[in-house]
Amino acid sequence: MTVSRILPLVLLAALATFLGLNLGRPQQATVRSAMVGKPAPAFALPGLAGEPGLRQADLATGRPVLVNLFASWCLPCRVEAPQLAALRRAGVVIHGIALRDRPEDVAAFLARHGNPFGRIGLDADGRVAVGFGSSGVPETFLIDGQGIIRAQHIGEIRPEDVPKILKELRRWG
Amino acid sequence: MTAVLPPIPELGHLALWLALAAALVQAVAPWHARLGQAAAPAAAAQGLLVLGAFVALGWAFLVSDFSVELVTANSHTMKPTLYKLTGIWANHEGSMLLWVLILALAGLLVALMPAPLGPAFRARALGVAGMVSAGFLAFLLLASNPFTRIEPAPTEGRGLNPLLQDPGLAFHPPTLYVGYVGLVVAFALAVAALLEGRVSSDWARATRPWVAGAWAFLTLGIALGAWWAYYELGWGGWWFWDPVENAALMPWLVATALLHSIRVLETRGALPNWTLMLAILGFALSMLGTFIVRSGVLSSVHAFAVDPTRGLFLLVLLAGLTGGAFLVWALKAPRIAEGARFAAFSREGSLVLNNLLLLALLSIVLVGTLYPLALEGVSGRQISVGPPYFNATTLPIVLGLAVLMGVGPLLAWKRNPRPGFVRRLWPPLAAALAFGLIGLALGLKTVLAVLGFAAAGWLIVASLLPFVGRRRVPTFLALGTAIAHLGAGLALLGATASGALQREALVSLRVGDGFAVGGLEVRLYDVGPVAGPNWTALEATLHVSRDGRPVATLTPQSRTYTTPPMETTEAGIVGWRGGDLYAALGKPDGSGRWQIHFWIKPLVHLLWVGAVLMATGAAVAAGGRARMAWPGRARPLVSRPVPVPAE
Repeated sequence: MTVSRILPLVLLAALATFLGLNLGRPQQATVRSAMVGKPAPAFALPGLAGEPGLRQADLATGRPVLVNLFASWCLPCRVEAPQLAALRRAGVVIHGIALRDRPEDVAAFLARHGNPFGRIGLDADGRVAVGFGSSGVPETFLIDGQGIIRAQHIGEIRPEDVPKILKELRRWG
Repeated sequence: MTAVLPPIPELGHLALWLALAAALVQAVAPWHARLGQAAAPAAAAQGLLVLGAFVALGWAFLVSDFSVELVTANSHTMKPTLYKLTGIWANHEGSMLLWVLILALAGLLVALMPAPLGPAFRARALGVAGMVSAGFLAFLLLASNPFTRIEPAPTEGRGLNPLLQDPGLAFHPPTLYVGYVGLVVAFALAVAALLEGRVSSDWARATRPWVAGAWAFLTLGIALGAWWAYYELGWGGWWFWDPVENAALMPWLVATALLHSIRVLETRGALPNWTLMLAILGFALSMLGTFIVRSGVLSSVHAFAVDPTRGLFLLVLLAGLTGGAFLVWALKAPRIAEGARFAAFSREGSLVLNNLLLLALLSIVLVGTLYPLALEGVSGRQISVGPPYFNATTLPIVLGLAVLMGVGPLLAWKRNPRPGFVRRLWPPLAAALAFGLIGLALGLKTVLAVLGFAAAGWLIVASLLPFVGRRRVPTFLALGTAIAHLGAGLALLGATASGALQREALVSLRVGDGFAVGGLEVRLYDVGPVAGPNWTALEATLHVSRDGRPVATLTPQSRTYTTPPMETTEAGIVGWRGGDLYAALGKPDGSGRWQIHFWIKPLVHLLWVGAVLMATGAAVAAGGRARMAWPGRARPLVSRPVPVPAE
C-alpha cells in the first residue's frame, strides 16, 4: 500500500483528534484583548467642550482605575449606567472613552443617563479603542496603578458583575 | 379491553426507534448472501417510519402541544401557522430529524426506483446509506430526542427566535439538507462501487444525476442563506466568511469538483480513483459542516446551543463513517492507471485544472475556518480570521476559475484544440475588455474589481459560444452547462459590482432632514409606530429622489418582538436598476435624531439571478446527453440505453 493511499486516513485522524481535543473548550463569543497584562497604549484624546480630555498619563496614578468604552448610540451602554453609578458611589475612579461619537451627542447622553466619569476622552475614529484591543462597546478595562491593563470586561456591566469588579479592583489596589 | 392509542408524540418516538431497527437491517442485510434482498424493503420501511415521526412532531407544533419540551421552547400559540410548521426545524433536535427524514426519503426513492446497476449493487449502496441513517437515528434518540416531555406542561410556549421568522430562513435548512443528502447518496454509491470493484462509465452515469441534484440544492441553499443575511439581518452584506457559512461552502466546493470530474469518468473512463475520493470527501465535509454547526466547537454568529456530548457523538460518527470509507478506498481503489490519456489543452485537461483550483479554494477555506481554533489550542491566543484573509486568497482563484469556465466547454475531448481555435475566443475577449472599461468608467478603484468585471464579461459571452454557428440541437448536458456557467458569470458580476461600487452613508437625522449619497438625495420623511402579529416596530419613511424626481420610498423598521422579547432590524429595501437601495434604522439618540445606515448596492440582483441559473443549469444537465426535441423539428429524443448488467 502506497503512502498516498493512506494519506486521507492520516489526515482524517489528525483532524478528528484536533476537533476532539477542542470539544470541551469553553466558548468565548468575542475575542479577548491581547493587551491584558500590557501597559495601556499611549494616547491623548480631546474632551468635551471646555473640559480636559483623557491621556495615558491619567491612568497611572498609583491606584487602579476603570476605563469604560461607551457611545451615545449604543443601547447596552444605557443599561449599564446604574452599575457605573454604583461603582462610582463605591469610590471607584472611572474614566470614559466615547467611541465614534459627537461631543453634543455625548453631552446629551450623559445628561440623560448620568455622568459617572472622572475624565472623558472623545475617540472620534476609534483608534484608541483598537489600541486597547477592544472589540466593541460597551467594554470596561481595569488599569492598575502602574498603568498596566489587568482585566477586560466585554459587554455591559450587569448588577451581578459589580461585586466581582470591586473584588478585582481590590486585588490590584 | 378497548385499545387506547398512545398519545401522538409517543407514537412518533416509537416510530423513530422502529426506524432505527429498520436502518440497522438495511445496513447489515446487503453483506449477507441470502438477506441481501431485505435491504430495499427495509429502506422503504425506514423512510415511512421517519416520515411518521416527523408528522407526529409537526402535529405537536401545529396544535401547540406544550407538553413536548421542544414545542415549548420553540413555539407559541400566537405565532403564524407557517412559522409554527417551520419551527419544527428551527431548532437543533427538529433540524436533525429533518436531516434524517430527507435521508430516509432518499433511501425510499432509491428502493422504489429501477436499479440501473443491478439489485445487488443497489442493496450495497442502500446498506451504506443505512449505516449513515442508523448513526444519525441513534444520535437523535440518545442525544437529541425531539419528543422529550415536560411535566407539568406549561400553558404557553417560549416563542421562536424572531430572526428565524422569515421565509428565506424557513426554507434555507431543508434546501441545504436535500443537497447534503444527495451527497450522502453519491457517497453510498461510491463506497458500494469500491466494494464491488465496479467503477465505470455506467457507474458515473447512474451517479451523476444525484451529484447534479445535490449541487443544485446546495447552491440554492447557500444562496437562500446569503439572501437571509442580506435582507433579514440588516448587515448590509450577503457573505461574511462566518464558520457556519464556510461549513456549507466546503461541501459545495467539493460537489462542484465532483460534478466535473464525474463527467470525465462518464465520457472518457478516466480519473476513477480521484472521482471516488471526491465523492467520499464531499460526504466527509457535509459531516464536518454538521459537526461545526451542531457542536459549537467554533463560535459563530449562528450561535447554536453548545453541547460537548452531542459534539463528541457527531465526531465519532464523522470519524467512523468517513474513516471506514477512506479505508475501503485505500484497500480497494482500482489499481489500474488513471484510465485513458488526454492532451494538456483538452476538455479533460481543463476539468482537471478546474478540480485543482476548487480544491485549492477548499484548502483555503478549511484552513481559515480551523486556524483560529488551532492557534488558540497551541498558544492560547485568540484571533478571528475574517474577510481580508479570505478575499485576498480566494478571489484570484475565483477569477482563474471564471476564465477556465469560459474556455473549458469549447475545448475538444482528448486532443489539443485545432489551430483556428483562438479565433473563437475573440468575442469573449472583447467582452472582457468592454466590461473592464465600463467598470473603470463606473468608478472601480481596485485592480481585482476591474478584473472581476472583465472575467464576468468573458464568462457571460463565452458560456453562450458553444451554440453560436451550431446547427445541431444541444444536449441537455451542454445546455445545462451553459446555463450554469452563465449564472456563475452573472453572479460574479453582481458580487463584484455590489461590493466594489457600493455607496454607503451612516447619518443621524431629524425628521425632515436629508443627505446626499451617490447622486441620490435621501430625506427622512417620518418615523412612526406600526404593529404586526407578534411584534411592534418603529418605522422610518425615507424618500429617495434623483435630480428632484422621486426614485423610491424606503421603510426600514426597528422591530421589537413580544415573545421572546427581542429587537431586530428590518432593513428597508427597494430594487433600483438591478441593484438595491438599502436602509437600516438605528436607535434614536435621545435628542430627536435617528441613526440611518443607507447603502446603494448596484447589480446585487444579479447574484440571486445567477444562483437560480446555476441551480437550473445543474438540473437541466442532469438530463444527460439526450437532445431536446426542438419545437417544429422532427428530431426524436435520443437517449442512451442504460445498461443493466446481469448479476
